[in-house]
Amino acid sequence: MSILVLAEYHEGQLAAGTAHVVAAAQAIGGDIDILVAGDNVAGVAEAAARLDGVSRVRVADNAVYAHQLAEPTADLLVALADDYTHLLAAATTTGKNVLPRVAALKDVNQISEILAVDSPDTFKRPIYAGNAIATVRSEDSLKVITVRTTAFDAVGESGAAAIEAVDVVVDNALSTFVDETLAQNERPELGGARVVISGGRGMGNGENFKLLEGIADKLGAAIGASRAAVDAGFVPNDMQVGQTGKIVAPELYIAVGISGAIQHLAGMKDSRVIVAINKDDEAPIFQVADYGLVGDLFELLPELEQKL
Amino acid sequence: MKVLVAVKRVIDYNVKIRVKPDHTDVDLTNVKMAMNPFCEIAVEEAVRLKEKGVATEIVAVTVGPKTAQEQLRTALALGADRAIHVETDARVESLGVAKLLKGVVDEEQPDLVILGKQAIDTDNNQTGQMLAALTGMPQGTFASEVSIENGEVSVTREIDGGLQTVKLRLPAVVTSDLRLNEPRYAKLPDIMKAKKKPLETRTPETLGVSIAAPPTLLKVETPAERQGGVKVASVDELVDKLKNEAKVL
Repeated sequence: MSILVLAEYHEGQLAAGTAHVVAAAQAIGGDIDILVAGDNVAGVAEAAARLDGVSRVRVADNAVYAHQLAEPTADLLVALADDYTHLLAAATTTGKNVLPRVAALKDVNQISEILAVDSPDTFKRPIYAGNAIATVRSEDSLKVITVRTTAFDAVGESGAAAIEAVDVVVDNALSTFVDETLAQNERPELGGARVVISGGRGMGNGENFKLLEGIADKLGAAIGASRAAVDAGFVPNDMQVGQTGKIVAPELYIAVGISGAIQHLAGMKDSRVIVAINKDDEAPIFQVADYGLVGDLFELLPELEQKL
Repeated sequence: MKVLVAVKRVIDYNVKIRVKPDHTDVDLTNVKMAMNPFCEIAVEEAVRLKEKGVATEIVAVTVGPKTAQEQLRTALALGADRAIHVETDARVESLGVAKLLKGVVDEEQPDLVILGKQAIDTDNNQTGQMLAALTGMPQGTFASEVSIENGEVSVTREIDGGLQTVKLRLPAVVTSDLRLNEPRYAKLPDIMKAKKKPLETRTPETLGVSIAAPPTLLKVETPAERQGGVKVASVDELVDKLKNEAKVL
């Protein structure tokens, strides 16, 4: 078997997720190559070459590959795919954008967001927002797979793989990069935060979400919300945690005034520690919370902020 | 400008799913079904483009069994002009759906195709990208803003940690993310009117498309249940437990 991993990078730095994807590739077994495609990506290639278990880093360094746009990146992968049995990428917005395009161009299925490798053609993946786990077998000669990075421990960085240039250059008349704004928020992004504190309908209104801010500041937490709070117009949709919002799995998740609708639980139940604060001691959120505190959030939140 | 918008019938997002006792799949019998939430956002965007005078016609399409016509009627009630049902009882996943949608694209020649970024049942997040690949169109996935100007569509995309804007040549495929818009609810008179809007049926055979076999589904399991913990009596006790027992502070 031979596996090609699409490297991901941001602002010239190899993304941490790539080391997790290489770990998934090791679980499959076989020779592992990494593809670095971009404009001026020599530094990324050097970082990729240090990942353990990698045989070779292939570098396509050309302006057409800048910003990892789906159309040229997919065409490049298609041009290289015949050398491989498996193509892997992280199940990030980059991997999810590029890989299905490659799969369709190669006329094969994609297996999305694998959690475990049972064998080189059989994988476990979450469906229904993780409320069920499917075991699926790919019948295709080329396996195209995205990997949930949190499900595989990163490989180490003591390798020294060979770096080789790829001279395939494709055309892209379809899409043009305009700009990119990465959030310069003092608060971490919901998806990657170590701590998340979310408010629900029990917050009463959007103004009251300020009560979460002081606590979030002290804990370095991201602030989220339930769909009920979003639907009630308290906060914008991009704060939504749940099946129809962001799926998060922080070290600590604090649910405040959230009853625990299924669709919310689907988005946070893989958090390591869950705290629920709710005035209704029968609320379903307490069935998944490690620590439940029953009471009036308007009294409890200021006290919690003060005691942290 | 003609807009094609694809919708999918899925288990309602509020329903707690059950895995069949024989672990062959999720049990869909007597379960409330609805339009996939991301597809609602896709339909809403198409309707807004029409309200702005950018789109002239909205065609809703779905792939699935007879019952999926309910979701097409919902799309018609929300503002689509007509609907196409690609009828099949086969288990089709993203590649198969993308091939069938390509068949519809070939017939309809839309300028823009809008889909939800993923369906909340299989969570594949593939169909839009695959359709773009098969039709040779560019793709603007996970869109939070869409604007059409001079034969191009500008798409602001939700990427990890921020936003990216790309310009795509038309025709193009766009997939909706949560922030693109907040879908309206269908009003009763519109639901009544939708019953009279045209709904045509196609089959994979009439489209001349053979259904791509999806990966083999070997087993479906319920993940390990999370056990509820303890109730604490005070903020002090909570902070103490988080520090000394859970060690997360």
